[in-house]
Amino acid sequence: MLEIKNISKSFNGKKVLDNISLTIDDQKTLAIVGPSGAGKTTLLRIIAGLTEADSGEFIWNGQPTTPAQLRKDGVIGVVFQGFELFPNLTVLKNITLAPVLQGQSQAEADKAAMQLLDELALPEQANAYPFSLSGGQKQRVAIARALALNPQILLYDEPTSALDPNLRQSVANLVKSVQQNGMTQVVVTHDMDFAESVADTTFKVQQIGGDDE
Amino acid sequence: MTYVLQILPALLSGVQMTLSVFFLTLIGAIPLGMLVSVGLMHKAKTIFGTLGHALLEGYVWLFRGTPLLLQLIFVFYGLPLIGIVFPRFNAALFAFILNYAAYFAEIYRGGFGAVEEGQFEAATVLNMTRWQSLRYVVIPQVLKIVLPSMGNEVINLVKDSSLVYVIGLGDLLRAGEVATARDVTLVPLALVGVVYLVMTLVLTFLQRRVEKSFSYYK
Repeated sequence: MLEIKNISKSFNGKKVLDNISLTIDDQKTLAIVGPSGAGKTTLLRIIAGLTEADSGEFIWNGQPTTPAQLRKDGVIGVVFQGFELFPNLTVLKNITLAPVLQGQSQAEADKAAMQLLDELALPEQANAYPFSLSGGQKQRVAIARALALNPQILLYDEPTSALDPNLRQSVANLVKSVQQNGMTQVVVTHDMDFAESVADTTFKVQQIGGDDE
Repeated sequence: MTYVLQILPALLSGVQMTLSVFFLTLIGAIPLGMLVSVGLMHKAKTIFGTLGHALLEGYVWLFRGTPLLLQLIFVFYGLPLIGIVFPRFNAALFAFILNYAAYFAEIYRGGFGAVEEGQFEAATVLNMTRWQSLRYVVIPQVLKIVLPSMGNEVINLVKDSSLVYVIGLGDLLRAGEVATARDVTLVPLALVGVVYLVMTLVLTFLQRRVEKSFSYYK
């Protein structure tokens, strides 16, 4: 369980997050929703350790920690809005690069990656390069890449926004199937219907200074 | 034709000098430029970092801001005044490598700028170190992006190598000039032109091959 307490963040004097507290429960999917510009993605980036909060605390299973520490410990995996696959590497290499750099043997990593690709229905694309994949396939590779490091919490930034609207349901099914394998997930989205269809709990981020939808 | 055969050995030994300067400069300047470029991109957090950054900026400014010919003269005739003496060939390499590394660093900087920030972030959340993300993710993409500009510089280098005559090295152009002055004919210089064209033709062909070998992804 990851508890986040009193997170605040300003950019150039403009407050984006003001004393946000939330709890990410094990093996549940939490949706962070709110209008565009309300700071949802900033909150996700803070949890992922890509942006530093101005103030606030992080408590992982009862112990105080920092996002940098969580990253070092391999707790957090991230699926970016634009997926950010490495274009110079094959699908398989995208998935195995980090595990191999962290000491797994290539054979072991390949085997684990093929299993993930099987589960995500992409085994034929193992040796393809990202440019040849559809948006939905890229997203599944991005998920496999994050899962290959066995994180305990998987973060998704706007998983529906880079895809065709009619793929929304299949993304929802994908998120649910990852949860069924026991993963704790956080989904940042502006899409309330999508949030309701995937999340166990929903956390609303309000835009500071009104302007709510 | 007999005349051509007569002067050809002299020209070919000139080619040897031209090619030595060319290859050794590339071997030195390609990695050095990358180091400088990575240094220039690094956001300085300490006073030493800021100083180092200013030093690199100054270096690039100095070597892009003055003629290569002047740099050659200063390295060979100027540095001995402060006690640093290079043999001719080493002086030439010293100036060429520093000059070309400065240009390469700027080309790479453009390449780094073209790789999305998200690639660094994706590598970061995969717990890769800065060096690992550069080595496996970013630099391979940068190399692909900079290939056309690098091709330009490499072809420039073949021709720039003729500047070594100023510190008394005998390259291809120098060999041609000697023959022209001695025999009072433009034939040697015409031949020199042809040899340069052949060299750049080969390089252009190689450039296309290398670009093609990087075309397996977009």
